[in-house]
Amino acid sequence: MRIVVPIKQVPETNAVKMDQETGAMIREGVEAIVNPLDLYAIELAIRLRDSHGGEVICISMGPPKAETALREAIAMGADSGVLISDKVFAASDTWATSHVLAEAVRRIGRLDLIVCGERATDGDTGQVGPGLAAFCDLPVATYVSGVDSIADGSCRVRRLVEDGYEVLDVELPAVLTVVKEIAEPRLPTLRGKQRSRKVDVPVWTSVDLDVDVEKVGRTGSPTRVVKIFSPKVARECEKLPAESEHAIEAAAGRVVEFLKQRELI
Amino acid sequence: MEHKGVWILAEQSRGRVQRISHELLTRGRDLADKRGTDLTAVIFGHEIPEDDLRGLIDRGADRVIATAAPELEHFLVEPYAACMTRILDEYRPEIVIAGATSTGRTLMPYVAVKVNAGLTADCTELDIEAETGNLLQTRPAIGGNILATIKTPNHRPQMATVRPRSTRPADPQSGREGEIIRMPAPKELLGGRIRRVDFAPDEETRGLQDADLVVAVGRGIKKAENLSLIDGLAEALGAAVGASRDVVDRGWLSYPHQIGLSGKTITPKLYVGVGVSGSIQHLAGMQTSEHIVAINSDPEAQIFRVAELGIVGNLFDVVPVLTEKIRKAVQN
Repeated sequence: MRIVVPIKQVPETNAVKMDQETGAMIREGVEAIVNPLDLYAIELAIRLRDSHGGEVICISMGPPKAETALREAIAMGADSGVLISDKVFAASDTWATSHVLAEAVRRIGRLDLIVCGERATDGDTGQVGPGLAAFCDLPVATYVSGVDSIADGSCRVRRLVEDGYEVLDVELPAVLTVVKEIAEPRLPTLRGKQRSRKVDVPVWTSVDLDVDVEKVGRTGSPTRVVKIFSPKVARECEKLPAESEHAIEAAAGRVVEFLKQRELI
Repeated sequence: MEHKGVWILAEQSRGRVQRISHELLTRGRDLADKRGTDLTAVIFGHEIPEDDLRGLIDRGADRVIATAAPELEHFLVEPYAACMTRILDEYRPEIVIAGATSTGRTLMPYVAVKVNAGLTADCTELDIEAETGNLLQTRPAIGGNILATIKTPNHRPQMATVRPRSTRPADPQSGREGEIIRMPAPKELLGGRIRRVDFAPDEETRGLQDADLVVAVGRGIKKAENLSLIDGLAEALGAAVGASRDVVDRGWLSYPHQIGLSGKTITPKLYVGVGVSGSIQHLAGMQTSEHIVAINSDPEAQIFRVAELGIVGNLFDVVPVLTEKIRKAVQN
């Protein structure tokens, strides 16, 4: 099986701090990591390759430093990585990103599966997987929580929906976006790390791909961010200390009173 | 031809129109009124009762475009996208909104590419910019740390998905006037490379998103064996059980229980957080709950920033007492 996994390098959002004055993200000292939800996609791809043979190719669109994300994927067990990087791609929205990735996929050529993470933890849209499928004119199954079998040019997957699991038969080639239930991502091995340092990661630019430069980057993206601001949180919290037995009684009593007043019980 | 009108994508399950459709009518009616235009509900399915379609008009739609075929009974991206693309080409709406559901989040990005439209995910607020008539789409980003307002200045339609339960469903007004258009579904649009072969309902977590009361458990519970404490409290309240990402990552509860940016967004009448610290990701999934109560030993825990009532103490001491008191109060 030839499997392509598009991944993204994102800031470690757990560590993100916001400038209270400007509402801007403080990027200094924030580590860049492989989008945590992409690790599940890489893991599935590696497992499918190990059981069916073939290769796992990770691709990432981003600035030059996104190369480290690809090397991390290779350290986990991916066979190769391609960095898609060009100044004209900067600030692409999901439509434009899907367009560029689709052209990269076209250049890779014959493939059986594209496996994507459910979404990236920075943009949080989850739109690139289905968008990529639309550009490549491939079927897409989203929220895949399990791949039960692959045979005769088709795969049987479980898809997590609001009230349960669908079982779908999807003709290959296809795009899958996966959720956490799919598999526990492995850690990089020592051998993988050594290999990842040596392997060549080619860079494809707008010259290498058949992209319409009018349709990428900030100007080519249909959507524009016009304002960024901090969410209003903070309700007035009535804090009830509960260190002693007596205080616990009183605090629990207050909660019950609160629930009764609001007809919640 | 000029693009005109506001559309919502109504959803059905087993033929019945779903709540998200009525929430979208609330949003859509507001936008259509501000824009001085009509509101249309589009729906795909098989054997949808006339009363349910009529209900869309009662709740604010001026027009319903229903496409029915056996192949459309359940969501499958290819036939749904083909049918939707065709009617978008024919009617050319200015705005199309859908729920950020498993269906909306799959269909909308697929269609947006096919029709060359801009799409904004997971909006919590939608408005019309007075000067330009553009749709203003506001959504949380970077783990809910910021809100971003997004415009689609040059592409039509302007498309957006909206978080379920981020607004109230529109109330029905009987006797509202509107038109129901039955759209034929030509065979050539109904093919596809995906077959739905089975469905397994998940009884355990189905309730979480729809529950009026939710007890959420965080890392403070320390180990899976302690979860019986949470089950007891949830049972006394008649609440569904949710969890923070930490709890799911440790395998103490399954992924469908996860509340937060990478899990479910909930807006129950009551959220009780037990041992939940309140990471930005978690807050993004529950902070629109009507009432929030939190129990945490750390007085500085982030969860207290959104809570109305906070017990600062050891959950292992507090929860049994609270459960007992609630049980008694419910019995009386």
